[in-house]
Amino acid sequence: MSPFLAGVLQMLALIAALALAYRPLGDHMARVYSSDRHLRVEKWIYKTIGANPDAEMRWPAYLRGVLAFSVVSVLFLYGLQRLQGALPGSLGFVSIDPDQAFNTAASFVSNTNWQSYYGEQAMGHVVQTGGLAVQNFVSAAVGIAVAVALVRGFARSRTGELGNFWADLVRGVVRILLPISVIGAIVLVACGAIQNFTGIHEVGQFMGGSQQWNGGAVASQEVIKELGTNGGGYFNANSAHPFENPNGFTNLFEIFLILLIPFSLTRTFGRMVGSLRQGYAILGTMATIWAGFVLLMWATEFAGHGPAFEAAGGAMEGKETRFGIGASSIFAVSTTLTSTGAVNSFHSSYTGLGGGITMLGMMLGEIAPGGVGSGLYGMLIMAIIAVFIAGLMVGRTPEYLGKKISTREIKLAACYILVTPALVLCFTAAAMALDTPVTSMTNSGAHGFSEVLYAYTSGANNNGSAFAGLNADTQWFNTTIGLAMLLGRFVPMVFVLALAGSLAEQTPVPRTAGTLRTEKPLFTGLLVGTIVIIAGLTYFPALALGPLAEGLAS
Amino acid sequence: MNTSVRSTARLIGAGLRALLVLTLVTGVLYPLAVTGVAQGLLPGKANGSEIRSEGRVVGSELIGQRYDLPVKGGGRTRVPDLRWFQPRPSNGLGTNTVNTQYELLLSGATNRAGDNAELLRWVKDAKAAAVKDNSTATHKVKPGDVPADAVTSSGSGLDPHISPEYARLQAPRVAEKNQLDVAQVEKLVAEHTDGRILGFIGEPRVNVLKLNIALKDLATR
Repeated sequence: MSPFLAGVLQMLALIAALALAYRPLGDHMARVYSSDRHLRVEKWIYKTIGANPDAEMRWPAYLRGVLAFSVVSVLFLYGLQRLQGALPGSLGFVSIDPDQAFNTAASFVSNTNWQSYYGEQAMGHVVQTGGLAVQNFVSAAVGIAVAVALVRGFARSRTGELGNFWADLVRGVVRILLPISVIGAIVLVACGAIQNFTGIHEVGQFMGGSQQWNGGAVASQEVIKELGTNGGGYFNANSAHPFENPNGFTNLFEIFLILLIPFSLTRTFGRMVGSLRQGYAILGTMATIWAGFVLLMWATEFAGHGPAFEAAGGAMEGKETRFGIGASSIFAVSTTLTSTGAVNSFHSSYTGLGGGITMLGMMLGEIAPGGVGSGLYGMLIMAIIAVFIAGLMVGRTPEYLGKKISTREIKLAACYILVTPALVLCFTAAAMALDTPVTSMTNSGAHGFSEVLYAYTSGANNNGSAFAGLNADTQWFNTTIGLAMLLGRFVPMVFVLALAGSLAEQTPVPRTAGTLRTEKPLFTGLLVGTIVIIAGLTYFPALALGPLAEGLAS
Repeated sequence: MNTSVRSTARLIGAGLRALLVLTLVTGVLYPLAVTGVAQGLLPGKANGSEIRSEGRVVGSELIGQRYDLPVKGGGRTRVPDLRWFQPRPSNGLGTNTVNTQYELLLSGATNRAGDNAELLRWVKDAKAAAVKDNSTATHKVKPGDVPADAVTSSGSGLDPHISPEYARLQAPRVAEKNQLDVAQVEKLVAEHTDGRILGFIGEPRVNVLKLNIALKDLATR
C-alpha cells in the first residue's frame, strides 16, 4: 500500500470515528448545559466556591466571572513556577525566571500552551501536574462556557440572561472533560504512554552506559492536552516524543481527541437553538476547510520540494518513522486549525508551502473546527459577517437564527475579527524592526521571517505550536508573546459575551420568504468564502514575505 | 466605590476557591487515580516499556539510542559501531543547560528549513556516510538506494524505529561485520519488520533495539 493511500484510509477512519461520536457527545453536551439538576460532587464544589449555580447572569456578570477566574489562574500559576525551587516534588528543578513564568502562566490560562521552556529540564511533577495540567482542563472549560453563553444568546429572547458561569465551568470539567480524559488516559497507557511519579533515573543501554529519563504523569496530561485543544507537551518534543505518542494508533487517537469536542459542539449548538440543520451547516463549513487543508498538505509534503528534502529523497526531517508523512500531515493540519498546537512533527521543517498551510490554518482564526468553544464562537462570528455580507448584496437587514444583525451586533463582530490580526501584524512588525529580537532566528531569509510571524500568529490565536527554531526564551519574546496570548484570548471574549447579551435581549423576527436560509449548503459555501477572503485580505502581504516566498523559490 | 471594591474582592475570592477546588479534582485526584490504575494493571507500559536482555535492562522499546564504538575508560565516541544496525540521525537532541545536576536526554527536532544550508550539509554528509558504511566488497550501495529516514533527524530525536528499507540497506554490512550470512540477517530484518497497524495505520517500521538484541543472539549462538 502506498503511503498516500494509507493516509487517505487513516483520514477516512478518523472521519468515521468522529461521525460515530458526533450525535451522542453533541447531545450529551447540550443536556449538560441545559439541565437544571446538579450532581452531588458539583453541589459540594459550588458550596466551596460560594456560588449559587442557579443564579442567572447577564453578560457583564458572566464576563466578570470569566475574568476573575482567569486572573486568579494566571497569578496562581505564576506563583507556582516562581516557587518551584522551594516546593517538594519538584525533582530538584529550580524556580522559573519571572519573564518565562509570566509567559507560561499566560500561555496555559489562555488555552494557548506556547512553551518557551524545555518540559523535561524545567518543570517538576508539582508544576506539570498540579499547575499546567489543571489549566488544560479549566481553560478548555472556560472556552466551552463562553461558546455556550453565545449559543444561549441566540436561543433565548427578551432576556439578557446567559446562564451561570460557575455552573458552566464546573459542569464542563466534571461532566465532559474528566470522564473522557479518564478513559483516554488509560487507552494511552495501554499503548505505551508513561504514567508514574518516579524521579529522574538511569536506564541501562544496549551498548552499556545509561540514559537519564524523567518519570511523570504523562498519559493523564497528554489526553487533556489534546481533548481540551491545549497542546502543551510534557516533553519538549511534544507529541513526537514516544512516551507521549507511542505508535500509529495513539497518533490517530490523539487527532481524534483534538477534533472531538470542536466538531461535536456544532451538534450541541443545533440542539440548543432548536434546529439541528443549523448545526450541520456550521459543521459542513468546518469539515470542508479541514479536509481541504489536509489534501493541500499531503500534496506539498509528499512532493517534498526544498533543497534538503530533495537531497534526502523525502520531507522526513522532523517527522517520526512510525507516523510518516501521511499521518504527520493530518496531525499538523488538525492542530493548527484548532487551537491545540501540539505537534507530532516539526512544522519548521515542513516544506515552505506546508509551513504556510499551518500558518494559514491559524490565521483563519482557528475555527475549522477550532478550539474547544473558541472554534464555535469564532465560527458563529464569521457566520454573522457572512449574513451581513449577504444582506448588503440584497439590501435587507441581515438576520441570523431569527435575530437581527444591526449596527451594535455587526460592530461587535467586526471588533472581534480585528483583534488577532492587529496583534499578530503589529508585534511581528515591531520584532522585525528592532535589532535584538531578530538574533533569535535559527534560519535566515524568508524562513527566519516566518519563524517570527508564526510565533505571534500562534500566540495571538492561542495555538501554541511553533516554528521552533526561534529561540523564544528571551525577555522580548516572553513578554510580547505573553501579552499577545492574553489579549488574543480575552479581548475577543469580551466582544462575544457583549454580543451574546445583546442577542438575548432581542425579540425574534419571524421567518419570511426573504430570510436567508442559513441551514442550506449555499450558506455553507458563502461562509467558507467569507472566511477565506477575510483571512486572505488580512494576511496575504505577510504570507507573501514568508512561506510563499520560500515555497515558490524551491 | 467601596461597594465595587468589595464586590471585586468577593469575586476574586470565588475565583480562587474555584481554582483550588478544581486543582484538587483535576490536578491531584485525577492523575493519582489514573496512575493507580496504570500501575496496577499495566506497570510495564506505565514505567516506560523497558526491555531486558541477558538479565539487565538495555533500554526502552520506545526510546532510540546510539550504537557507537567505545573508547578507553568506558565512554563512547560518536563513531557508529558498524556491527550493529544504526538508528536515524538525531541532530535535534539537546543538552541540559538549566538544571545541571542531571544529564537529561532532551528531546527535540533540528527545526531547520528545507533551504537551510546546515541541514543540506547534514543530509549530504549522512548520505555519503550511508553509502560508504553500507557498501561491502560484494555489494555496492548507490546514493539513490538510501531512504529519506536514514539521512534526516526525527521530530523527537529519540525515534526508536527506522524504515524497513533502511534496515535492509544495512543488512549486508551487518552480516559482513558479524560474519553471518546476508540471507540470515535479511531474514532477521523481515521478522522484525512491523507492518501498519490493521494494515493502514502508521507506517511500516523496524525497531532498532529489538533488532540488535536479536542480532546479538544470532551472532553469539
